[in-house]
Amino acid sequence: MDGEAQRSTASWENATLAPVDSLRSERAESPMPGLVEGTEPGAGQKSAMFVHAQSFEDLTAEGEDEREAELDKSGECADELKVLVGEKSVEEQHNIDVTSETRTKEEDVCSEAWRSHRKHVFVLSEAGKPIYSRYGTEEALSSTMGVMMALVSVVEADKNVIRSIHADGCKVVFLTKSPLVLVGVSRTSQTDKELLRELLYIYYQIVSLLTLTQLNHIFQHKQNFDLRRLLAGSEYLTDNLLHRLDRDPGLLLSAVTCLPLASSARDVVSSGLQAAKSESLVFSILLAGDRLVTLVRKKDQFLHHIDLHLVFNLVGSSSSFREGEGWTPICLPKFNTAGFFHAHISYLEPASQLCLILVSTDREDFFNMSDCKQRFLERLSKRSAYQALKEALKCPSYSVEQVAIPELRHFLYKSKSSGLYTSPEFPEVYQSDAEQERLMGLYQDLHSSLHHPSRPLRSFYRCGESENLLAWVTSGFELYLCFSPLGTKALALSAVNKLLKWIRKEEDRLFILSPLTY
Amino acid sequence: MGEKLPRVPGGARLHSDGLSRPVQTLRVKMVLLGSSGVGKSSLALRFDKDEFRSTTPTVGCAYLTRVVHLSDVTLRFEIWDTAGQEKYHSITPLYYRGAHAALVVYDVSQRETFVRAQVWLKELEKQYIPGSTVIWLVGNKVDRAQDRQVSVQEGQSLANDRGLLFTETSALLGDQVCELLLAVAHRVHECIGAQQGGLSEWQETAHVDLHRRDTFNPFVSCCKVGP
Repeated sequence: MDGEAQRSTASWENATLAPVDSLRSERAESPMPGLVEGTEPGAGQKSAMFVHAQSFEDLTAEGEDEREAELDKSGECADELKVLVGEKSVEEQHNIDVTSETRTKEEDVCSEAWRSHRKHVFVLSEAGKPIYSRYGTEEALSSTMGVMMALVSVVEADKNVIRSIHADGCKVVFLTKSPLVLVGVSRTSQTDKELLRELLYIYYQIVSLLTLTQLNHIFQHKQNFDLRRLLAGSEYLTDNLLHRLDRDPGLLLSAVTCLPLASSARDVVSSGLQAAKSESLVFSILLAGDRLVTLVRKKDQFLHHIDLHLVFNLVGSSSSFREGEGWTPICLPKFNTAGFFHAHISYLEPASQLCLILVSTDREDFFNMSDCKQRFLERLSKRSAYQALKEALKCPSYSVEQVAIPELRHFLYKSKSSGLYTSPEFPEVYQSDAEQERLMGLYQDLHSSLHHPSRPLRSFYRCGESENLLAWVTSGFELYLCFSPLGTKALALSAVNKLLKWIRKEEDRLFILSPLTY
Repeated sequence: MGEKLPRVPGGARLHSDGLSRPVQTLRVKMVLLGSSGVGKSSLALRFDKDEFRSTTPTVGCAYLTRVVHLSDVTLRFEIWDTAGQEKYHSITPLYYRGAHAALVVYDVSQRETFVRAQVWLKELEKQYIPGSTVIWLVGNKVDRAQDRQVSVQEGQSLANDRGLLFTETSALLGDQVCELLLAVAHRVHECIGAQQGGLSEWQETAHVDLHRRDTFNPFVSCCKVGP
């Protein structure tokens, strides 16, 4: 627990959010005028494309609910439980110290490097069998994972749930999603909730390959099953997803970004996809790298942003779709954990960035999907939209200078009702990977404060040595601004309106305002 | 490697898709089976573009087409490059059902892939209707001569026992890959093409009629077997 108290950004232990050192936090004096959900810049004009996601509360809510349900079952009062958990954590702290010592002996040479990784992720079965480790081989870590499972079981035996251990600048977070247990070990300043969200993504990644039904089935029949057999050859997907979680603002914001494209061109592309429909087709998704060009869906069927991120991850991590047409079963866990969809995945041209994903319900419908793609391509090339699309690919981002706000370096803006976000390219100062990850870390901190489970903030201004940051959330949008250290708070506040005006002016290009259904 | 001309009797040549076809074009469904990492996708890429690239593991299945011109007929190979990973095995029957040609691939430097190839052969035999599928055993990665774990003789004798055809290839170097495709083409044409309704004709406009599943479903071909 001492790790918690040492946190500098917000120490809610003593129930104040008073500034620590150079940090300042401010509550908004007045809410943003006239911008309610559905009218903010970037809000779709018709219905939303995605399952309505409040933000990341949606993501973690599920886990929390289950836990609360379990706690209720035990029939003890919550306060008592808290005490229990607190006591447990101290004990476990000792335990984990012991295990890390033995691990060092085992790992010998590579151990120091291994231990100093910023964030470890482990997946194990409820029998304690290793399934995945971000670093190092699972075999070498089987005893460590055994201990992790022991911790979970010991606490469970008391009708309780282990959530986290804080020790020595390290957080150990547990997520039990039967039949899997996920453990994150982090040296970052992320909150437990953020870490849980990341573990949940990894859980969904595994479900998307196998379905939950199959997972349950396997472990019901053979508790000791080595799941690595079934995940063999797909570890790179989990590795890449973890990398994305550190780098991609979309995963942080629970939102997706679009390829900037004139709305007239986007409409032609969308209607092309709409026309190339088929009975079994549920979603048609056109991607340009990591950006969404358009998404057409079956009426009344919504895609959840998590599922879309899993699709992004699959397409972005695999080079195999470059050759020919891909046809693969895929489970979209937020849609349905029980069954597979079948996705036809192919690039529009061999060297193109444009990738079309047609999600069908019928596993024998490959040729139908292939035909849908042909029809879409024919239609697209008949109109000039394809040319416009190719032009747009040449500048997939924009520079922050276009916004013309002094001292503004970078920003993230999410329209809550559409689930879409926009962000300029990183400026010179954040060109290196390390700097980009550092900035993402700062955004993550702000995000944690705005979405704090018990004391969420509406706005947060933070002065740092290398940059000043402002975060602002209303019912309509979420905004994170990064200014040079020369920026002032007054400047930052005045920038909000200016930026919103600019986004409003550009929203046709930056967002998908009129999503279509078949 | 690209310049190497295939040496196959009959003056047959390989052509890319899209050239004029004065002769009848027949569709051939071909499936690539075998363990993960034996080089199925690399073989498919060689068939398709005569290139080599290392790729991430195949997800699900990849579909490619390749046109092969024989002296009196043109064959349009519709190649299903399946994923070798165990989690996809339940869907693999979709692809080998009704295939005219099946290449069972193993890695000559990995004995367990050879063992696995025999399991694939058994599975194929369950669905096998004599004369409907040309099954070819392919030992890939002969470029790894120093790590070889499965000898040519072993591969050949397995093929002989089961009455299969056998070739060793290197997708990395392009050795014997074009020759393999041409040999498969000849064999398929001889064995299946000659039969009444053995191979269906391919029409450019076929795409438009694809909704009509009953007339044109590749999964319901000459031998319809339930999963």
